[in-house]
Amino acid sequence: MKDKLISLVSGVIFGIGLVISEMTNPDKVIGFLSITHNWDASLIFVMGGGIIVAGPFFFLLKNKETSAIGNQINLPKNQKLDNKIIVGSALFGIGWGLVGLCPGPAIAAVATFDPIAFVFLISMAAGVLTKKNIVK
Amino acid sequence: MHNFTPVSALIGGVIIGLSVVLYFYATGRLAGISGIFENTITNSSKRVSNALFLIGLIIGPLLIYYLILPDKPIAFEITNSYLLIIPGGFLVGFGTRLGGGCTSGHGICGIGRLSVNSMIATVIFLITGMITVYILQQLGIYL
Repeated sequence: MKDKLISLVSGVIFGIGLVISEMTNPDKVIGFLSITHNWDASLIFVMGGGIIVAGPFFFLLKNKETSAIGNQINLPKNQKLDNKIIVGSALFGIGWGLVGLCPGPAIAAVATFDPIAFVFLISMAAGVLTKKNIVK
Repeated sequence: MHNFTPVSALIGGVIIGLSVVLYFYATGRLAGISGIFENTITNSSKRVSNALFLIGLIIGPLLIYYLILPDKPIAFEITNSYLLIIPGGFLVGFGTRLGGGCTSGHGICGIGRLSVNSMIATVIFLITGMITVYILQQLGIYL
């Protein structure tokens, strides 16, 4: 129950942050990725703000084995850099540049009730399921 | 540079960071949205909690759009070309899961944890995103 409530509240806070930072506006994101023409650097501050807040907490909590509500903590281990990370991230960047939506804003965009947002979300789900079925 | 909004971007980023901290401190999980999305649409553990996180991700903007700032038009300017939307969505879904994370999972959580892989992933998706926008601009698709 606590896990569900915290998950919902965390999502609400995250979604509010996305709107305030304007990550939810694809045109703003395209402006950020448009480095050679009228570059709008604002979104660097979104990532920066997130890292400044989260970084120290991750450092302080790095040796914890259970969370505040008693869940086992399973952080990703330091893996070797492999081709999947490189190719996957490269493909993600291309998709991001085509439209200006990454996964968080793509889901938050449901709140606009714009049909295009739903088409993007369904296409994104298809990509996730395709990867799950063809790559181990 | 037009429409440079560092203050609202920073405030939004700090709020996102607070969400990441609350979620990790309480549940022990990282708020990487692409992973939460995959767990929600496939059979996996914590499926209900993951779905609730995503529902929250929609409720947050709904609160701002319709309750807090109802007079402000919703800023959602997106291409109307399905030739961009459908491949774009597919590549974002496929690429983030192949690469193990997105802007939140690698960009904020991963870099916040000083993961070298996440730093490399973030640089790569920023570069390919910028190249993609550059090409679309040369083709006259984006201004």
